[in-house]
Amino acid sequence: MSFLSIRNLSVRLKNGPPLLRRVSLDVAAGEVRGLVGESGAGKSMIGKAVLGILPPSVQITEGEIFLDGTDLLRLPPKESRRRIGASCALIPQDPLTALNPSHRIGPQITDRLVDILGWTRANADARARDLLAEVQIADPDRVLRSYPHELSGGMRQRILIASAFAAEPKLIVADEPTTALDVTVQKQILRLIAGMQARHGTALLFVTHDLGVVSKVCQRLSVLYSGLVVEDSTVPEFFASPSHAYSAALLAATPKYTDPDAGLHPVPEAVVNAVRAEVAAFDRGPAHG
Amino acid sequence: MLDARVLDGRSMVRRRVGVRLWLSALWLGVLCLGALLAPWIAPHDPLAQDLFLGRMPPIWVAGAEPGYWLGTDSLGRDVLSRLLHGARVALLVALAAGSITCLIGATLGLLAGFLRGWVDLVISRLIDIWMAFPPILFSILLIAVLGPSLTSIIIAIVVIDWTRFARVVRAEAMAQGAMDYVASARVAGRGRVGTMLREILPNVLPTIVVLLTLEMGIAVIVEAILSFVNLSISTDDPTWGGMISEGRTSIHQAWWVLVFPLIALFLTVLAFSQLGEGLKDRFDPVLR
Amino acid sequence: MPFLRILLLRLLTTLVTLAGVAVIVFFVIRVVPGNPIAMMLPPGATDEDIARLSALYGLDKPLITQFGIWLSGVMQGDFGTSITTRQPVLGLVLGRLPATLELAIMALVMAVLIGGAAALIGTRGRGTRTEGAIDVVNGMALSVPDFLWGLVLMLVFGVLFPVFHISGRVTPSLDLPFTTNFYLFESLIRLRFDLWADLVAHMFMPALALAIPLAAIIGQLLKQSLKETMNLDYVTLARTKGYGETHVIMHEALRNAVLPTLTLVGVQFTFLIGGTVIIERLFSYEGLGNMAIDAVINRDLPLIQGIVILFAVIFTAVNLIVDLLYTVLNPRLRHA
Repeated sequence: MSFLSIRNLSVRLKNGPPLLRRVSLDVAAGEVRGLVGESGAGKSMIGKAVLGILPPSVQITEGEIFLDGTDLLRLPPKESRRRIGASCALIPQDPLTALNPSHRIGPQITDRLVDILGWTRANADARARDLLAEVQIADPDRVLRSYPHELSGGMRQRILIASAFAAEPKLIVADEPTTALDVTVQKQILRLIAGMQARHGTALLFVTHDLGVVSKVCQRLSVLYSGLVVEDSTVPEFFASPSHAYSAALLAATPKYTDPDAGLHPVPEAVVNAVRAEVAAFDRGPAHG
Repeated sequence: MLDARVLDGRSMVRRRVGVRLWLSALWLGVLCLGALLAPWIAPHDPLAQDLFLGRMPPIWVAGAEPGYWLGTDSLGRDVLSRLLHGARVALLVALAAGSITCLIGATLGLLAGFLRGWVDLVISRLIDIWMAFPPILFSILLIAVLGPSLTSIIIAIVVIDWTRFARVVRAEAMAQGAMDYVASARVAGRGRVGTMLREILPNVLPTIVVLLTLEMGIAVIVEAILSFVNLSISTDDPTWGGMISEGRTSIHQAWWVLVFPLIALFLTVLAFSQLGEGLKDRFDPVLR
Repeated sequence: MPFLRILLLRLLTTLVTLAGVAVIVFFVIRVVPGNPIAMMLPPGATDEDIARLSALYGLDKPLITQFGIWLSGVMQGDFGTSITTRQPVLGLVLGRLPATLELAIMALVMAVLIGGAAALIGTRGRGTRTEGAIDVVNGMALSVPDFLWGLVLMLVFGVLFPVFHISGRVTPSLDLPFTTNFYLFESLIRLRFDLWADLVAHMFMPALALAIPLAAIIGQLLKQSLKETMNLDYVTLARTKGYGETHVIMHEALRNAVLPTLTLVGVQFTFLIGGTVIIERLFSYEGLGNMAIDAVINRDLPLIQGIVILFAVIFTAVNLIVDLLYTVLNPRLRHA
């Protein structure tokens, strides 16, 4: 069985509209899966559900999330939290808000190792230094003693990546990890994540709206529209011939760096109407009476 | 993103605030009625002493004297009658001191916040100096200077509390003054005073009304504190603070002398402040 | 802005404020009707006696001259002589100050503990009935001032269930071995826990009465601030690391949430100190505030001046300390 296996996961706003509609997907050990969709399609919601950090305004109405064969949703909260902490990690979207402004960098990398996994402080500190070297930060000792506001956005994202890999997790959720960065830094960070993933053999759930990024980093991908998975295939298959009209249009809408004269092709209205009808039909379907 | 729980929470808060608002208004209404009708509905003369009827307990306690519903104090005066007549003083002080404080404080705050410059400098410095005084001590000092009377109490409250209005109204007027609609009124040729009264004041008014309600509660308390220290109006006249002061000395022998004025004071202060909070919610649904 | 310049600027405005306080107090109390000198003398004293004594206290000179003499004395640490007790004002005031300081600090500690606990429990159970209950209690505590809470406590814990003393600072019959007036502090140092317990039993109700409104403010502000902080990204990130709700609140959110509340709590603490005046009176606690009311009733002008100035110094000092604390706790400002 895959390391992460989501089955028929439905999530909705309390007393509100559905956000995820019976989503199923698998991430095998060491595999990179892209989650693609427009903003509001629910791609981040999947990552949050896996990590148990859904906002309190949102509730899971059905489905299972198997992590290494165990359904997290059936476990007591404390136990599921412990399992997630021990085997998963998050690379957040905005490095400027994801580090605690009143703690130094060092403890923010090592806290999980010491508090949750029971490492000695000396081992954890040595590990932090190695990790900073691995994410190509010069002068790790100074950085470990710094406060977040003393470092640049790119530096902070490197630190967050180092922190995510600290405990050698089996699965990392990267939630649009380059969206908030400068274009010049984006490519470096992307290469860094891909390199680290390959070296450590970590499975990666890569949330993005950028199909270009998916083609470089991922092996498989899921395309979401309004919380519905409309496409689940391997990356080569998808780029050769997408099976769903919406994902084909999405692919056509992606600007080609190789051919700047091709112009922009927004998703045609007819395709949007078709996929909307599909979502509406799903909501009316037998599964939901 | 739409957050359903926040919305639910707010509607719940609003409903609860609504209930509190009505309960507060109800208590204050009953109090006003009692105060207005005190000379007719009070069962006894609030000043009439009867040493043979000293420290009679309330009617439901053994040993009570019929006709004295809430018992009598050590001089045999009827607690209920004194309570009703005390309400007249409390409400009079609340209305008079509250509105005069509001008028003076809000005017100074409006001037400081809108005119800025040296006016603001002088008023802000005055506020700073006032904030360095212990307010209760200052009011006691003022009463000692002015001599105990109803007017002195009102003056003392105005003098110590004008900063409460001035501070908030100044900040609010400054915020409003920085907005575009004020600039466009000025561009349209409206004068400074005109802009202040026609553009700024209406937008600051809800805040002023809320503060006024809260100030009335504070005035009632200050009056009670001053009577408690025996510096209020002449000791014969019934005031809640004076009754509390008297009750404090016989707390072990006659608890009712302390308890009833305390309950009245407690409810009145709570009602004014809940009314203020409720109004804040009504006026400004976004800011709660 | 450099830290030192902020500090100097603050000290300067503080001095201006204190000077203003001095001027106002001096001139307001000179208007007090009734001749305090006449009250000191036994009945039947002649006008010459009164004039002689007035001259002795310098009360026969013009107001401006009196102010000059008083101010130059204050600069040298001489606040004049109390008319009623005929002792130096400074000594009297400093003798009572420890009692008031102990009361105020005890109240502050209680307020922080109660308010902090309310905020943490409310945040832990946000969106549940627990939070609703805490909000209602907070609202009540906030609406009713310390004077009324003092009376309520007195009735409940002094009369209905007499567990605490309702008046005084210490049981008068006890033998006090203290060399300073910081009784509470010194009893701990001398390991006299019997005396300490007696002091606390006297101090508990006045301190709690002072603490309740401040606790409500701390509870409300801190809870709001905590709830906002709990939605921030770094808190979410900490959750994914396997930490439980309590750890996340205490280690990730609390420190950042405390900062915005701190300044307001400082202002509120000065209100608390102002409240000691009436609370000390209510519980016959022998502190500065009780002495101040006696001084007003006895028309003891030099003593009133001294006490009001001391209160103003304490108020401005508290505000200054809060500002410094804010800078120390905020790493961003510390390194700037």
